[in-house]
Amino acid sequence: METPDQIRDRLLARFPGAAVAVVANPGPAAQHSLLLGVAHARAIAEFLRDAPGLRLDFCSNVTGIDWLDREVTDVATTTTPDPAGGPAKVVEQKTKRLVPGRLEVVYHLYSVELKHGPVILRLRTENRSDRVTVPSLTPVWRSCEFQEREVFDLYGVVFEGHPDLRRILMWDEFKDHPMRKDYVEPDDYEWEPTPHGDVLARAKRHYPATEAAPKEEPKP
Amino acid sequence: MSFSDPSPLESAPGPKVRAVRDEFHGDLLEVSMGPHHPSTHGVFRMNVTLDGETVVRLKPVFGYLHRNHEKIGENASYLGSMPYTDRLDYLCSMTNNWAYALAVERLSGQAVPERAEYLRVILAELTRLLNHTCLAGFLLQDCGASGTPLMYAFREREKILDLFESLSGSRMMCNFQRFGGCRTDATPAWLEAARALADGYGAFLDEFEELLTGNEILMARTQGIGRLPAKLAVSAGVTGPMLRAAGVGYDLRKVDGYGVYPRFDFRIPLGDNGDTYDRYMVRVLEMRESIKILRQAFATIPQGPVMDAKARLRGFRAKPGEVYSRIEGPKGEIGFFLVSEGGPNPYRYRVRPPSFINLTVLEDLCVGHSIADTVVILGSIDIVLGEVDR
Repeated sequence: METPDQIRDRLLARFPGAAVAVVANPGPAAQHSLLLGVAHARAIAEFLRDAPGLRLDFCSNVTGIDWLDREVTDVATTTTPDPAGGPAKVVEQKTKRLVPGRLEVVYHLYSVELKHGPVILRLRTENRSDRVTVPSLTPVWRSCEFQEREVFDLYGVVFEGHPDLRRILMWDEFKDHPMRKDYVEPDDYEWEPTPHGDVLARAKRHYPATEAAPKEEPKP
Repeated sequence: MSFSDPSPLESAPGPKVRAVRDEFHGDLLEVSMGPHHPSTHGVFRMNVTLDGETVVRLKPVFGYLHRNHEKIGENASYLGSMPYTDRLDYLCSMTNNWAYALAVERLSGQAVPERAEYLRVILAELTRLLNHTCLAGFLLQDCGASGTPLMYAFREREKILDLFESLSGSRMMCNFQRFGGCRTDATPAWLEAARALADGYGAFLDEFEELLTGNEILMARTQGIGRLPAKLAVSAGVTGPMLRAAGVGYDLRKVDGYGVYPRFDFRIPLGDNGDTYDRYMVRVLEMRESIKILRQAFATIPQGPVMDAKARLRGFRAKPGEVYSRIEGPKGEIGFFLVSEGGPNPYRYRVRPPSFINLTVLEDLCVGHSIADTVVILGSIDIVLGEVDR
C-alpha cells in the first residue's frame, strides 16, 4: 500500500490548495496519519474511497480526542565561541508558548476490496468552545453515522452535513459532553445511600432539608 | 412529529417507502419497542413506525447501559482496564481481552511467546463456538421456538464455560490475557479436556443442524428476510459473520493474519443472499471451521512459557504514540484505539464495538418487513448491549 507521504502527494496533486499534512506517530506501531483541512475533507474522503489503488471503502473506526490547552517549552540554545580559546559558552533560552486546545476526530479507513489499511484521517476543530464544526463524512461512509453521533454526544464536535445529528448514548436533555477531559460530574449526580463519606457530604449540599445539620457550638 | 423523510440517507437502499404525508397519515402507528422487551437482548429500544404491520421507519435508541467505559479506561492504568474489557461483550470476554492485550502490545512493541499465541487462538475459537451456539439458540427463541434450541445451545455453552472457569477462575469475566502473554498456563489435563470438547462439538452441531437447518418454520421465518446488499454492508462498516453472510470475504484472521492464524488451514464461509437465514448458516459453518482450527492448534501447541520475560504489568507505561489494533471477534471486528502520552494510563482509550456499528443497518434491514420480522432480524445481527452502550 502507498505510504502516508505518497497519499499526501497524490492528494495535493489532485486538490491544489487543500491542506494535507502527515502527522507522525512516534510509537512502535508507527501508524502515521493524514491531517486534513476541513475545507476539502469531504472531497478528499470521496477521492480516497474511489481512487484506484486505494479504494478505501470501509471506514472502520471513528473517534474523538480532546486536547486541552497546553503550555509547550521551546528550548533554543545559542553557542558563543570563547575568543580566548576556552570552552564555548552555551546559553539556553527557554520560551513558553500556549498551544490552544482543540477537538480532533480520527477516522480509520481500510479497503475491503484490496485488503489493505489502515489509512488514518484526522480532522481538527479550531478550538474547544464555539468553533467546533467539522464536515461529516457520513455521506461518504455510512458507518460514520452512529459513530459521528457518538463523537458529537461525548465530545461536542458538530458534524456539518450529518443527516441525523442527535445524542446517542446520553439522553437528549443532557447538557455537557462527558468524554471531554475537563468534564466535571455534577456532585448530586448519583446520590444514593452509600458508605462513602465524601459522596454523602457532597450530596448533602443538595438536600439540606433531609439532614439536620449539626449545630455549631458558640465560640467562647 | 414529521414523517416526511422516513429514510434520511440518500445512500440507503432497500424498499422504497411510500410518502407518508398523505391520506394514510393517521394510519401510521408509532411503537416504542423496548427497552424492557425480551426480544431486544437487553435494554435496547426501537422506535418503530408501522403502517399496519409493516415497518416504515425504525430508529434505534441506545444508552440504557452506558457507563462511559472509555472514560473509565482513561482514568485506569493499562492493566486496570483489562478486567473491565470483560464487561463489554460479556459472552466473549476472552476475545475482548485478546483485542485489548494486542493493542497494548502493539502500542509498546511487546512480544508474545509462542505458546501464549496458541492458547489465545484456542480460547478465541472456543469463544466463537460459544457465541455462535448461543446466537443460534437466541435466534430460534426470537422466532418463537421456545426453549428447546436455546437449551441445547446452553448445554454446550456450559461445557465451554466450565473450561474457562477451570483455566481462568471465572466463567464469563475471564480477565485472562495480559500484555505479553496469558495469565496462567493451561495444564495438559485442561488441553486434553478442551480437545475432547472440540472433537465432540461436530456431533453436537450435526444434532443441532438436524433440528434446525432444514426446519420449515425456520426457513419460512428467515429466508428472504432482512436482506443486506454487499455494497451497503461494506459502506456501513458491518463486520463479522453478518458481512460474510452478505457475500463479502473479509475475515481479519485471513486479512490481517494476527497471532498464529496464518499457520492454520481453514476456510471462510460466505453467504449468497445476505438474508437472515444466511446469517444463521454462516455462523454454523464458521463453527465447523473453528473446530478445524482447534484440532490443528491442539496438535501443534508448543511447550514453553506463556508470559514474555520482559513483560511488565504493574507500573506499565507505554511510549508516546498511538495505535489502532483489531481482531476478528465472534461478533465482528473488535478494535482498540489507544493514545499514549507516556503516562501510566492511556490518554485516549477507545473501543470499536462491532455490535454497535452493525446496528447502523438495522433500519435498512427492517423497513418493508413486518414487526415480527424485526425481532428475528435483530436476533440475527447478534448484539450484546454491554458492548453497544459501553
